[in-house]
Amino acid sequence: MSQAYRIKDKGYINRKKLINFKFNGKNYTGFEGDTLASALLANGIHLIGRSFKYHRPRGFFAAGVDEPNAKLQVLLNGHSEPNVNATEIELVEGISATSQNCWPSVKFDIGAINNLLNKFFPAGFYYKTFMWPKSFWYRIYEPFIRKAAGLGVASIEKDKERYEHKFEYCDLLVTGSGPAGLSSAYAAAKSGAKVILAEDKHRFGGSLLTDDVSIDNLSGKDWADKIISELKEMPNVTIKNRSQVFGYYDHNMLVMFERVGDHLEKKSKFTPRQRLWYIRCKEVILSTGSIERPIVFGNNDTPGVMLASGAKEYMKVYGVLVGTKPLIFTNNDSAYETAIEFKNNGVDPLVIDSREEQNSELVNEAKNKGIKIKFNHAVIKANGYKKVNSALIGELNENKSEYKNTNIVECDCICVSGFWTPSVHLASQSGNKLKFKKEIDAFIPDKSKQNEVTVGAANGDFTLGSTLNAGFKAGTAASKKINNKEIDIQVPNVNEKNHKAHDKFWCSPLPKNIKAKRFVDFQNDVSVTDIEIALREGYRSIEHVKRYTTLGMATDQGRTSNLNGLQLVSNIENKIVPEVGHTTFRPPFTPVTIGTIVGREVGKHFMPTRLTPMHEWHEKNNAIFVDAGAWKRPRYYKIGNETMLEAAKREAKNVREKVGICDVTTLGKIDVKGPDAAEFLNRVYTNAWMKLPVGKARYGVMLREDGMVMDDGTTTRISENHYHMTTTTAQAANVLSHLEYYLQIVWPDLNVNVVSTTEQWAGAALAGPKSREVLAKLFPNIDVSNETLPFMGYKEADLFGVPAKIFRISFSGELAYEINVQSDHGMFMWEKMMEIGKEFGIQPYGTEALSTLRIEMGHVAGPELDGRTIPYDVSLDGMVSKKKDFIGKRSLTKSAFTQSDRQKIVGLIPTDRKTSIPEGSHLVEDKNAKLPNPKLGHVSSSCWSVENNNPFSLAILKNGKNMIGKKLFAVSPLKNKSIEVEVISSHYVDHEGKRVRS
Amino acid sequence: MLYIKCPFCGMRSQNEFAYGGDASVKRPELNKEISNNEWDDFVYNRKSLRGKHIELWHHVSGCRQWFKVQRDTATHEIFKTAKMDEQI
Repeated sequence: MSQAYRIKDKGYINRKKLINFKFNGKNYTGFEGDTLASALLANGIHLIGRSFKYHRPRGFFAAGVDEPNAKLQVLLNGHSEPNVNATEIELVEGISATSQNCWPSVKFDIGAINNLLNKFFPAGFYYKTFMWPKSFWYRIYEPFIRKAAGLGVASIEKDKERYEHKFEYCDLLVTGSGPAGLSSAYAAAKSGAKVILAEDKHRFGGSLLTDDVSIDNLSGKDWADKIISELKEMPNVTIKNRSQVFGYYDHNMLVMFERVGDHLEKKSKFTPRQRLWYIRCKEVILSTGSIERPIVFGNNDTPGVMLASGAKEYMKVYGVLVGTKPLIFTNNDSAYETAIEFKNNGVDPLVIDSREEQNSELVNEAKNKGIKIKFNHAVIKANGYKKVNSALIGELNENKSEYKNTNIVECDCICVSGFWTPSVHLASQSGNKLKFKKEIDAFIPDKSKQNEVTVGAANGDFTLGSTLNAGFKAGTAASKKINNKEIDIQVPNVNEKNHKAHDKFWCSPLPKNIKAKRFVDFQNDVSVTDIEIALREGYRSIEHVKRYTTLGMATDQGRTSNLNGLQLVSNIENKIVPEVGHTTFRPPFTPVTIGTIVGREVGKHFMPTRLTPMHEWHEKNNAIFVDAGAWKRPRYYKIGNETMLEAAKREAKNVREKVGICDVTTLGKIDVKGPDAAEFLNRVYTNAWMKLPVGKARYGVMLREDGMVMDDGTTTRISENHYHMTTTTAQAANVLSHLEYYLQIVWPDLNVNVVSTTEQWAGAALAGPKSREVLAKLFPNIDVSNETLPFMGYKEADLFGVPAKIFRISFSGELAYEINVQSDHGMFMWEKMMEIGKEFGIQPYGTEALSTLRIEMGHVAGPELDGRTIPYDVSLDGMVSKKKDFIGKRSLTKSAFTQSDRQKIVGLIPTDRKTSIPEGSHLVEDKNAKLPNPKLGHVSSSCWSVENNNPFSLAILKNGKNMIGKKLFAVSPLKNKSIEVEVISSHYVDHEGKRVRS
Repeated sequence: MLYIKCPFCGMRSQNEFAYGGDASVKRPELNKEISNNEWDDFVYNRKSLRGKHIELWHHVSGCRQWFKVQRDTATHEIFKTAKMDEQI
């Protein structure tokens, strides 16, 4: 008995292709062109899931993006995804879906006890109940709420699918391919404008697929097909189906979500699953159509209750009957099309119309077909638990507040229509303030803030003739703005039935003896009572009512509930809807997968990786790498089973005793050139630069204007007007922007140019007492003695045929050199240095050893120069010129910066000389003091001093100058450690700095 | 994402640029004696205007030029952009 509800020869599905799928473990079949929803309905499945709060049985309510209930956990291609809208996902072989929010099964759900206890779950329940005691939050309340709430289950597996981003530019973007979209895209395309037409669904045509109309003697669908095939032929037009424009951002940038691969049975390795489009366009035509709004009545969430438009779409597009004993409940004419469609398929509906007797074209047609209609009637409540089996209806009194009489009618579905709501989300996101249109009791766009115009049903225009007219006009107007061409387009002849006015009947009153929940928001289980409670408790602003009741806050963003909610508030408050206002529309219009947002920026594509020219050598020699910005730097070179600490000790020791080599390519390098270069450096750095001779380097410190140290490094005068500046790895980009700022904005009169040369040079530091001996063999043709190449000296030389720059600078505190060659020769230089250094015991060292060496020397780096320290704090007093002005100098005179007990860098050693002090530890006087324990400072850098063979740390300590010799505690709650430490000088090794000059 | 006209490169998306703050701030001249208040005004105090604002942008992923942008801070409308030596 498969697909028992399929109508013979109806719909646009491909009956030649049978598709197998699973729902809650059972096998079913559908056809190509089905959605999961239409296929399930064809099999008579209405119970699809349980509701969020009360775990009430729920069924399909709509046929598209407006669906609030049918959110499933879907397994496809081994990838499990929660909260998939069954009305939007296309049926594909092998798809397996399960109900959410129920346990142990959708038919028997223990959580449904919430429904019986519903008086304990009123609006604001969570706010009221879980407030206190505070200590219960983490242990009891939060885990409970997490388990009880939540919809599907997010996969913890790695997403193997491919997602892409695309950037596109066009003259005109049209969002939606209904009559408004087709006509406007067509008109603009004819003038030659570059047009993108986006359609959310798989089929183009929007309402033309289901409305009983004809255009130029063609059916709506045939006309849509004709226009689409013409547009497809035009080279200036891009047509995209399965593409939802979900966000309208600044300066006419819209973002679109395209489902590329989900519906394909087989796809190539490089076919993305989904694609995100960033579309920048000159003009936008919003033809997003409208969504049917339900009428609220008792138990209106019972499976089998659905929108009349949904029922019609299932019949016309998918050839599926949603019931064989339908009740149509309406306050307007459009639902009569659904009734007539049922009748055409051999099913007798009963129409319940809240209006008095009508004689419009549509109603008369229904009457002529023998459809039974009860005017002045309303559905009071649906009966049935897992499926509607009857309805209580009543004859309304004159002011429609009570019933003259009631009776029960049998039915297996209730198709409800409370008129139409324009989809104004994108218009609202563009900055367009909406206005209330009384004739349709809904909001429509007002004045455009960006280059957009809304056309058709989205603009409150519900007749085909005027929609087509407006569409052609808007397309022509847009093309005139774009390329100043005006074309003459014949508006086609339209044949449609006239509609009579709708009735302002939004919510069936409940007789006193009837108890039933009347849901406004299905997805979040918000009922009429909840809104009444919120208002009774004093909530007035619609934004507050929304948050308190969670009305419209689910993933369907209240598409079917917002206006009914507003209407309800306005009725209770005795206001008109525009006074109540509306809540904010925010992107995305429909849920977008995280994968699509992330795109290809995953794994190693997350950010670019910068490798030095010597990277391969490091890899071959067991380097363990660390990220330094985008760079990969060797952290240490592992030998055997060494731990990181052991390796770092060995490498650092080798530098102190023999000679080491370190890849310093990652240091920022900036060429500073021009006749005013010296003057510029003099203003940028805190120390004096006017007298630096050619061939000499100098250490420099630069500040921000607020006096904080920004960066440090050495700068070398290569020639008269050419300086080679180095920066720290981390600050390289910021320093360049900083220099450009001053040259371009503050001192444009200075004739100086700066350019980054970081990637042009490969650098290696050669450090240790034996480094000069290695250098002498590397450059046999030059004199490398202390006299000719002294500390802070510079020489250009030939490294076995490769031009090289030798800087005698030192970060390790040892006799050291940095050698730069052009990047291409980096590997040659490195291997030559290793080869020649072999006899001197050369070993490579990584950043761990590098840090050890600089920390025990008391040299500051990133952790000390963290943007919160002025030069005095880090013992760089000697670097601050008293004579000249420089960036940030004025700030140093501020009283806070000149206090005698100001923070200062100090050294720390544990009193037991054994326990390493975690970086980031706080320094306190008394480790047992009552919290909050006054913090005196923090540990910035830690190492194991290889010189003294015990732990040593640098710290920034309040009144540091006068704390030397004191004992404090380094407390790290994170590592659960408190260590007694002794405050000493930050210069732990070689106080006088003799080694670098040796 | 804003669409900004770099006076050197033309229309480019915002992600190529870095924001540089109020363009009307003038750095005090070097070596000039100024009060704490004047210095604080330069370093810290900004008006944070609602409405038309002339500000600095830096085309970091492009020509690396700083330039001026006149923008409405509430609506993001950009009225004009100019090179540093041009008037807005």
